[in-house]
Amino acid sequence: MSSGEKMEAKSKKAGASRLCFLCNLRRPVLKRPKTLQQICRECFYEVFEEEIHQVIVQNRLFKSGERVAIGASGGKDSTVLAYVLSELNRRHNYGLDLFLLSIDEGITGYRDDSLETVKRNEVQYGLPLQIVSYKDLYGWTMDDIVKMIGLKNNCTFCGVFRRQALDRGATLLKVDKLVTGHNADDIAETVLLNILRGDIARLSRCTSITTGEDGPIPRCKPFKYTYEKEIVMYAYFKKLDYFSTECIYSPNAYRGFAREFIKDLERIRPRAILDIIKSGEDFRIATTTKMPEQGTCERCGYISSQKWCKACVLLEGLNRGLPKMGIGRPRGVNGDHKMEIKKPGSVAKSIESKQCGSLDF
Amino acid sequence: MQLTLEFGGGLELLCDSEKIHKVNVDLPNGADSDDFTMKHLLSWVRTNLIKERPEMFMKGDTVRPGVLVLVNDCDWELSGQLDTVIEDKDVVVFISTLHGG
Repeated sequence: MSSGEKMEAKSKKAGASRLCFLCNLRRPVLKRPKTLQQICRECFYEVFEEEIHQVIVQNRLFKSGERVAIGASGGKDSTVLAYVLSELNRRHNYGLDLFLLSIDEGITGYRDDSLETVKRNEVQYGLPLQIVSYKDLYGWTMDDIVKMIGLKNNCTFCGVFRRQALDRGATLLKVDKLVTGHNADDIAETVLLNILRGDIARLSRCTSITTGEDGPIPRCKPFKYTYEKEIVMYAYFKKLDYFSTECIYSPNAYRGFAREFIKDLERIRPRAILDIIKSGEDFRIATTTKMPEQGTCERCGYISSQKWCKACVLLEGLNRGLPKMGIGRPRGVNGDHKMEIKKPGSVAKSIESKQCGSLDF
Repeated sequence: MQLTLEFGGGLELLCDSEKIHKVNVDLPNGADSDDFTMKHLLSWVRTNLIKERPEMFMKGDTVRPGVLVLVNDCDWELSGQLDTVIEDKDVVVFISTLHGG
């Protein structure tokens, strides 16, 4: 290697060959996936926070005086969301009362550790924390459920219970809005999955920045256009305290092929993530298509398009020792579909293994 | 070559749950120290540090999409990715975005 090449390699490594695209003063530390701009740490903080602020303002997510719960898992997305929302609330005088809301699924060695992280966040950010547990709400922990039914399908229970638990926790806190840390990568992934499942009801909902305005408590996704890479880099540079490990009962959940596909696309052309979200937003459902009607569960009063909500059906199965009740393909509103559509095994398996967490919009 | 390697975002679980590793990397036979790149380092890490599920870390000869790499706190996308030259005392951080939380 000649000295010229050596010098070039050094300067390339140090990023000294160019300056931050935005301030033109400092060394860049990051290549932004959505714009491909090379920017410094300080400008990164500024554009990251400002873009989220613009999303909040342009979509009118909040009104002054509202009580807002942040769904807090202790993971990177909710931790960064709690931090950034606190900052913006102060800086721009949104006038919000912010709370942390955590769900304890009762998974030993996983949720107890991540909840310790949220308890530290409560102190670090000065946000009151409410924890709601499956044990309190349903009488069953995930540990209990897995003992009964094994690893297959347990994610279905957890996803259904968690979604409802968040609403119940939000009601306890008497909040006006619930925010979650779903990011652009999560939403693009969900668009793909709902297309592949042919789930048109969810497809029309999954790109909405606010959902459930006709339900108990509206949910907002301020990170809808925020890339996961930037959330991780922000947390790293700010040294935010978060917990990351996969759920011990769904060790293969992260292998969902849609997630891997999204990451492969991002590597080739990072803008693809925003493009997929845009495609999801632009889908039009024929007005003649029958959509499930929202009503309430006869048993617990939660919103449901059936007589009983999914959580009550699953709970009845558990309590009766018949855990397979409610598991399997829904039959539609009237339950009159006889045809069992065969899916390729690998696709169905991958979809099933991803039936938890961010999928449950 | 003395390096500090850090694994985060769940990747530490692949390395005996150790987040920070101070390692002494031998240069490949006869290699000039100026020729040691991230490509060599990844190969070394896969061989010497990854104890389980290497597919969570590597895909082909590079990190799996969704794993972020910082060299001295700088995105490796700015410094040439696999061709980034690594020097003595460098700090290399790997963070996964694939694990849930």
